[in-house]
Amino acid sequence: MVEAYGVYILWLRDLKRYVRARSRIIGSLGMPLFFLAFLGMGFRRAQIPSLPGDISYIDFLAPGVVSMVVLFTSTFSGVSIVWDRQFGFLREIMVSPISRTTIALGRTLGGATTAIIQGFLMLAVSYIIGFRPDPIGMVYSFVFMVLIAISFTGLGVAISTLMEDIHGFQLVINFFVFPIFFLSGALFPVKEFPEFIRFFTYFNPLTYGVDGMRWSLIHYSEFNPFIDFLAIGIFSIFVIIISTILFDRTEVG
Amino acid sequence: MLFVEDSSEIIKVENLTKFFGDFAAVKEVSFEVERGEIFGILGPNGAGKTTLIKMLSTLLKPTSGKALVAGYDVVKEPQNVRKSIGIVFQEPTLDVELTARENLDFHGRIYGMDGKKRRERISEVLELVGLSDKADILVKKFSGGMQRRLEIARGFMHFPKVLFLDEPTLGLDVQTRRNIWEYIEKLRRDEDVTIILTTHYIEEAENLCDRVAIIDLGRIIALDTVERLREGIGKDSIEVVVENGSVFENLLKSQNLKVVKTADGLMISASDGEKLIPRLFSLAQKHRIEIHSVSLKKSSLEDVFVLLTGRKIREESAAMHPMMRIKRMRK
Ligand SMILES: Nc1ncnc2c1ncn2[C@@H]1O[C@H](COP(=O)(O)OP(=O)(O)O)[C@@H](O)[C@H]1O
Ligand SMILES: [Mg+2]
Repeated sequence: MVEAYGVYILWLRDLKRYVRARSRIIGSLGMPLFFLAFLGMGFRRAQIPSLPGDISYIDFLAPGVVSMVVLFTSTFSGVSIVWDRQFGFLREIMVSPISRTTIALGRTLGGATTAIIQGFLMLAVSYIIGFRPDPIGMVYSFVFMVLIAISFTGLGVAISTLMEDIHGFQLVINFFVFPIFFLSGALFPVKEFPEFIRFFTYFNPLTYGVDGMRWSLIHYSEFNPFIDFLAIGIFSIFVIIISTILFDRTEVG
Repeated sequence: MLFVEDSSEIIKVENLTKFFGDFAAVKEVSFEVERGEIFGILGPNGAGKTTLIKMLSTLLKPTSGKALVAGYDVVKEPQNVRKSIGIVFQEPTLDVELTARENLDFHGRIYGMDGKKRRERISEVLELVGLSDKADILVKKFSGGMQRRLEIARGFMHFPKVLFLDEPTLGLDVQTRRNIWEYIEKLRRDEDVTIILTTHYIEEAENLCDRVAIIDLGRIIALDTVERLREGIGKDSIEVVVENGSVFENLLKSQNLKVVKTADGLMISASDGEKLIPRLFSLAQKHRIEIHSVSLKKSSLEDVFVLLTGRKIREESAAMHPMMRIKRMRK
């Protein structure tokens, strides 16, 4: 059972907390900004074989870095349920009349929304650095950001149900989020990977998200954008189902 | 339904049991709570109080047994139980990144209170716990006592039929504790609510509760009004420290006295302690047992517990408290 109003209340709480954490908003854009600025400068003149010559590296990189921001923010938000559990607030929600499914969905949408806002902030920052995306394409990129954000917030929620406490957080970042990021084609085309690694990238949902973002913003993609849309779209639905089922089973004891 | 809506029991518990692995935290507990009562559950740390409350509030599934809260089965109708109850947990459960008002607003919304009613009620409950002037301050700036009061306000703001308070004054200083007792009594006077309160503070159970269930190692070992529990063991309680404890204990037992050996000495319960003391001395003298010290006081629920278990309900130091630990981590 899902109560739309319950989802909205939880979503609102996430947004309030997000808006209030100004230093975190700015802080979390630091690393991607440096990625974009320094990698962009460093590889400015490098010729990547699988990349058409008329596409500059910074244009190629910017959509990847925006996706990176969405990936990290959404996974963090999803996993942050563990904090709520640790600090007790989850109990306040769990003894209330709203259903577990509602709680899981509310958190997923709340976390996804903040990730999308962060993504657009990063887009604005990259504009300042000199990235010029197609204005109409930003509408399409919004769709892909939504799908990436929902997928990885949901995945974060699912992971949080398996975590005992916040100590597993570092593990999730280093052995889950970073590999997903590096194997997604965010920094260079997946075609550049040796055959056996490239194989893994095809099973990485973010690969399609990043490709869709790039198609939207600079009209270059490695796959058909419709395939990108289907792949990340189906994955996001799958994740929502799994995460609500897992969340439904948790006891807060 | 076994339970009729207008009968006077609002909670009915039958043989409720909870196992964690093969350890029984709550064992075949049965009791009933009447509408409008303040019902106390008194017991030392680890007795199973929190586990019991968690089962009654649908957070934990009982291993066996049955419990009805406000007429609903906690296993079969958890959603209805949740609509009928309010709860203040032993550990803090506020969102410290939000203000007091926002915490209450969130709460009112998830319990389906609509706009105008919610806003009015927020001012009302803040007033009742004396936090009206702190409404728009972030909760992380609150002291422990203020947070506790806010949690209590939140617990009853949605007009629950039953309010559970799990160790409401745990780790608070004496002054704040008394404050909170006042709020709880005011609550009982002003609102139509039944209160179930757990505690390991004797004074709290004695001052606040109409009836008290004493719980130890997961079992209820006594249940009655505070007065009758005290009278049951005799109104006075004498503690003696002697040279040869076990000999003296047997001696007293042979005189049909209620005696129990404690960590410090022997505890004797009697209805007229003043007259018993001379008798103790003559008995000791006759058997050449040296008495080191004798003290007489009015018996308390502590003595009831000691008499039943031979142990005290110890109050551990505040620094060791789980709540304190969590608060330190937050900083
Ligand atoms: N989730 C759990 N898993 C295993 N043992 C538990 C769990 N929760 C409580 N216990 C044990 O059950 C006993 C009762 O705990 P609790 O109900 O918290 O006691 P109280 O609230 O009276 O201090 C304790 O021995 C505690 O260690
Ligand atoms: Mg407890």
